[in-house]
Amino acid sequence: MNHRFDVLVVGAGPAGIAAAVRAAEEGCSVGIVDENLQAGGQIWRGSVDRARSGQGIGSAEDWLGRLERASLRAFYGWHIFDAPSPKMLRASRDFEAAELHFESLVIATGARERFLPFPGWTLPNVVGAGGLQALVKSGLPIGGKRVVVAGTGPLLIAVAAYMRKRGANVVALCEQASRGRIMKLGMGLTRQPKKLTDAVRYGWQVRGMRLRTNCWPIAALGEERLESVVLGGGGKRVEVKTDYLACGFHLVPNCELAMLLGCALDGSYVRVDESQQTSVPGVFSAGETTGIGGVEAALVEGQIAGLAAGGAREKAALLLKEREATRQFIRLLDRTYALNPELRRLATPETIVCRCEDVTMEAVEAHTSWRTAKLQLRVGMGSCQGRICGAACEFLFGWGMESVRPPIQPTPIGSLIGSDAD
Amino acid sequence: MSVDQGFGTDPILVLVNDVPVQVERGSTVAVALLVAGVPARRSVNGSARAPLCGMGVCMECRAEVDSVSHSRTCQIVCQPNMRVRTQ
Repeated sequence: MNHRFDVLVVGAGPAGIAAAVRAAEEGCSVGIVDENLQAGGQIWRGSVDRARSGQGIGSAEDWLGRLERASLRAFYGWHIFDAPSPKMLRASRDFEAAELHFESLVIATGARERFLPFPGWTLPNVVGAGGLQALVKSGLPIGGKRVVVAGTGPLLIAVAAYMRKRGANVVALCEQASRGRIMKLGMGLTRQPKKLTDAVRYGWQVRGMRLRTNCWPIAALGEERLESVVLGGGGKRVEVKTDYLACGFHLVPNCELAMLLGCALDGSYVRVDESQQTSVPGVFSAGETTGIGGVEAALVEGQIAGLAAGGAREKAALLLKEREATRQFIRLLDRTYALNPELRRLATPETIVCRCEDVTMEAVEAHTSWRTAKLQLRVGMGSCQGRICGAACEFLFGWGMESVRPPIQPTPIGSLIGSDAD
Repeated sequence: MSVDQGFGTDPILVLVNDVPVQVERGSTVAVALLVAGVPARRSVNGSARAPLCGMGVCMECRAEVDSVSHSRTCQIVCQPNMRVRTQ
């Protein structure tokens, strides 16, 4: 199966939606791909059916409505697994394959949570913070359950508020950043009115809940599943009985596709210019891949990318001032939620680092690079392809991923063969 | 404080290792595994594993769904009488 588009967008979260909508509204032929079965990404998960996340211009419904009305072709449930030529991607769904040709590409592949290894983190019911939220949005009954929310990032407070709203008993809310850093973030928000409103709303929703700063999970305890969590930091320790530990250490961008296409990175983010164009001409990127800034940043960058990819650069330029504000916010978040170096000592020698291949901390730390650890231990070579342990090793040992090779997602062999036969 | 249940009351049954498990319509298979309280899989060293990321990245929620092994259960919506087998 072959398709041709002026603008192809990968990722149907806020950035991808904004890019696809603006490009389609300019009259471009547009395709949008997402491995989820619905548009919305992580943040707007479930908004399509239940339309529960506020209204008005700029809301989830507004953008999802514009997406519905836009003349474009959607590939939901499809994932990209290869980029064999500069103007074509290969996609797969179940056992089908497709070639998606494009003039311009917008990479809006979002972010995933960063997980750090600590004793017991592989136990069932230890989940990501965003992970638990995604599961509850996917139907998990949480009413009456005890939940510990821990790790770092603005997501924690949003998740705690969401869990409480859904009837959970949030027994602890722990942030590894210091109180001083969080206070500074609060000061910075006074220049970001929308963010300040969000902060006040979440503050109200988690009222009475104590935010423990400088605090993180030391160990998750239980036999076949989680029973309690030991929380600590700054010398103090407390054990808390819980049904779930929702733990994530901020977000890391999904840069695999950009790297496969040869786009340069700035640190861990995809490098872009003011029109969101990457170092590869015709390839744009927007949203969390270019800086963890949340939904407003994603919408601004997505619109710029979609307009620029669709040839409407003058319209894109009108959004530059908003873009500068969101770039500032991204830098503020990065500073606030920088990881405390003490977290490098959470894993004991026996703690599993690579969950796919069950490789321990002791084995990994005997190596000097991601490459040799991979070759010797198969760390990062299991089914998640290093998406979980890679970000952990980057923090623990300063190792970067050197290269990405196709298939960038597990793909049925039939799709690989089928796509070559076309 | 009002508690927002979110999902309606439209339960369906799926079979997890031949045991019926009730979930709300629209729930993912990963949710059915958590409700059933069984691990999705055993790791290479035999330890119990269950969903971690909830968004299709970590692969810890893999199980056999309607005879397709290694399915990412967090990305599959439950259908009535779906057969799920942990692996």
